[in-house]
Amino acid sequence: MSASVSAVQSGWVRHRLPRSLHPVAWWLWALGIMATASLTTNPLIEGLLLAGTTFVVVSRRDDGPWARSFRLYAALAAAVFVLRIAYRLLFGGGDGDHVLFTLPQIPLPDIVAGVRLLGPVSLESLLSGAYDGLRLATIIVAVGAANSLASPRRLLRSLPAALYEIGTVLVVAVTVFPQLAESSMRVGRARRLRIPSTPSRSWRARARFVRGLVVPVLADSLDSAISLAASMDARGFGRADGGSRRHRILAAITAFVSLVCLMLFAYDLVAGILPALRLGSLVTLHLRDLLVVLGLVAAFVSVRLSGHGVRRSRYRPDSWRLPELLTVACGLAPVAAIIGVGAGPEAAALYPTVLPALDIPSLPVAMLLATLVALLPAVLTPPALTSATEVTA
Amino acid sequence: MIELQHLSVTYADAARPVLDDVSLRIREGDLALVAGPTGGGKSTLLGCLTNLVPRFTGGRRTGKVLLDGSDITMTAPRDLADRIGYVGQNPLGGFVTDTVESELAFGMEQLGVDPNRMRVRVEEVLDLLGITDLRRRALRTLSGGQQQRVAIASVLTARPQVLVLDEPTSALDPVAAEDVMSLLRRLVHDLGLTVVMAEHRMERVVEFCDSVVLVNGSAVLAGAPGDMLAVSPLAPPLVELGRRSGWSPLPLTIRDGRRAAAAEREAWREDPPLLPVPRTAVGDGLVADGIVVMYGSVVAVRAVTLDARAGHVTALVGRNGCGKSSLLWACHGAGSRKAGTVTVAGHPSRPGDIALVPQTASDLLYLASVAEELDVADADADLPAGSTGAILDALVAGIDRAQHPRDLSEGQKLALVLAVQLARSPEVILLDEPTRGLDYGGKAALTRILRTLADAGRTVVVATHDAEFVAATCDQVVVMAEGELVDSGPARDIITGSAMLATQCARVYAPVEVLTVAEVLGARAAR
Repeated sequence: MSASVSAVQSGWVRHRLPRSLHPVAWWLWALGIMATASLTTNPLIEGLLLAGTTFVVVSRRDDGPWARSFRLYAALAAAVFVLRIAYRLLFGGGDGDHVLFTLPQIPLPDIVAGVRLLGPVSLESLLSGAYDGLRLATIIVAVGAANSLASPRRLLRSLPAALYEIGTVLVVAVTVFPQLAESSMRVGRARRLRIPSTPSRSWRARARFVRGLVVPVLADSLDSAISLAASMDARGFGRADGGSRRHRILAAITAFVSLVCLMLFAYDLVAGILPALRLGSLVTLHLRDLLVVLGLVAAFVSVRLSGHGVRRSRYRPDSWRLPELLTVACGLAPVAAIIGVGAGPEAAALYPTVLPALDIPSLPVAMLLATLVALLPAVLTPPALTSATEVTA
Repeated sequence: MIELQHLSVTYADAARPVLDDVSLRIREGDLALVAGPTGGGKSTLLGCLTNLVPRFTGGRRTGKVLLDGSDITMTAPRDLADRIGYVGQNPLGGFVTDTVESELAFGMEQLGVDPNRMRVRVEEVLDLLGITDLRRRALRTLSGGQQQRVAIASVLTARPQVLVLDEPTSALDPVAAEDVMSLLRRLVHDLGLTVVMAEHRMERVVEFCDSVVLVNGSAVLAGAPGDMLAVSPLAPPLVELGRRSGWSPLPLTIRDGRRAAAAEREAWREDPPLLPVPRTAVGDGLVADGIVVMYGSVVAVRAVTLDARAGHVTALVGRNGCGKSSLLWACHGAGSRKAGTVTVAGHPSRPGDIALVPQTASDLLYLASVAEELDVADADADLPAGSTGAILDALVAGIDRAQHPRDLSEGQKLALVLAVQLARSPEVILLDEPTRGLDYGGKAALTRILRTLADAGRTVVVATHDAEFVAATCDQVVVMAEGELVDSGPARDIITGSAMLATQCARVYAPVEVLTVAEVLGARAAR
């Protein structure tokens, strides 16, 4: 049997071996979804994106603690959707011809003229609230998808070597947070053991109560911060790097250049003082664009330089292979499609009008195909590593 | 291997040095126990080996530290990471990452170990310590014993020659402690590692040690366990028994003890010795009926009925996480309780009837001095000024009222919290793991305090897994497992009937039912 396995087949099997995808790939894919969602209010496109994203999450998340956070994001998205509609109901949703029902209006003083509480509710205002809510919900769900497919902690681990220390500090901060919550709960419970027999309501007694909560928690977190720092130090964190003096100076200079370029760029965005250079009759080069490119290149060089010679290594570094590339491409497809549609004759379909005339939303074929491509990672990527896919010997 | 030359440490604002002109040498491949009273400088000595003292504690250090002949006095801890591994008192507080596997890799990442090598070493260490099944677990969900083993694993991956551990078994239940100790012994025997550990529960570790360092300020002695324990002011019960009986060589293991006591044991089997009469209860104390505690869908306490009599000290034992704390908090009323009733001396419990000393006693202390804490306790209980102070003096004399509560020793802190809780003269006193961090002297003092309270007709319940303390203090024992009450009865029956709870004397004299050194001596005197 095994002798007859073809090269294509064995390649496919290897490609499909369960592993976790590079976190940057998932985040870029999710960014593509978010960008697409923000460029349209068409409920059909949003709905497809929402369903596709959920499908990918369900089929490719692992069983870690972050993976479970998707439900929270979904709940948040639903809440935002409902709130947007409730908002229209509350503050007068009467614009348009198709009034569905009328709620008793609450009269307000003249000072707040222009604001209406309750009153007639029209189909148009409900729809525009729903479109808006759906767009926000899609963006929130996409953020949740990135979080549950690749935890921020894993994303931080793929920071360049020069930013390693910052990454570790952030990771530790995330870790310490539940500890802080735990110690405040413990102290709060202990506080109930020392309640005075005749509780006084004076501000003094209240201040003492707060002090009794805050002082032990702060002392506790200070103690744990010091013991964590000692443990990290004893395990080699922050060992002198092998980078040479020359590298450090060069890194500092390029970082400075990058900052100056980017600051000038930001200033020019607002003030518009920098001239455009005319090269020949066709090409116009904005000095501003030049600055932003220069600034980004300098930043990249600086990060590389300061990471140079760092004698640190990564445990099981995430690899970047074909499935990662495919995932990013699938995420960018709807962005490309929506920009294309927006420039073409079907541009109106992206923003179906509600007022003055009610439009029935239509779905451009390009968008349908692109959103279908966006859910391909659910099958193209290798399955996630869960306890069920692990060897249990 | 490790050599200290004329080492002295003085902390800021301290009148006397913690360690004064200490010179000692620890051989390669030794499992060295650093023992001594609380506050005697055990942790300071360990900190000096890793150079965390004075870098993280402040203070002044003079003298030299040599590792393998090279002077490491001025080397930063981070540059010692591949030579000395350090595991602190609370392993959870020292974890940097969130899962077992990444924690094991953290140290190697700092050292720049090649990724392939790293992978191999992680697998090796997982196997060596038998924690392969934990590899993907979140660190916070591990039990105490598992955390300790992961902490040891995470420093072992850097391949140090020396392992320094601060109280590795103090917070563990007997079974988990035994696991950690046999693991350490294997590392010493199989890898030739040098292990230096501080531990005040000497009965758990003495039999595994190759050398003992006795630390008490300026008086630091090092040598073979037998010689050191013969002169040590603190000794586990077995050694205490050997010293009182004049056995030579001093028994360090139960096996040696049984051999030394063979003749006496045979005699006592024929003719049972005179044992102290169990104290009689003076009435109804705390009766908790059908207590249920749930956290979400997890059942912490499953319909437990606890009956603690007035005039008795009742012990609540069981492994870590079996619901002892939850039961105490539910009885007090400050913790959650899904079902069940609590009565004190026959009537439903009112606020103030029950006092509870929590596991982290310092959670209750938040003022700047002992005097302020006592004043607030008086005001809270509507008592004349000085009443709580009098209780404190009766418990432990000579605590400086101007001191900051956080600067007190563990025993003094416990006494202060107990005094504050006793101010309202409660009928029932519950204590959650009070012996943690107490040395033998501190435990003896606590035994005296609890006995006095019980003899005055109060009801005392102590959650603990310190078998020796239970034998010396308690009349009744209640055993819990997985939130259920599995056994209860007189202390002597429960302790002699259980393999894990048995005290050292009980093991030496089994099947004769003597529990403590005092009982053995009493039985001899009666003869």
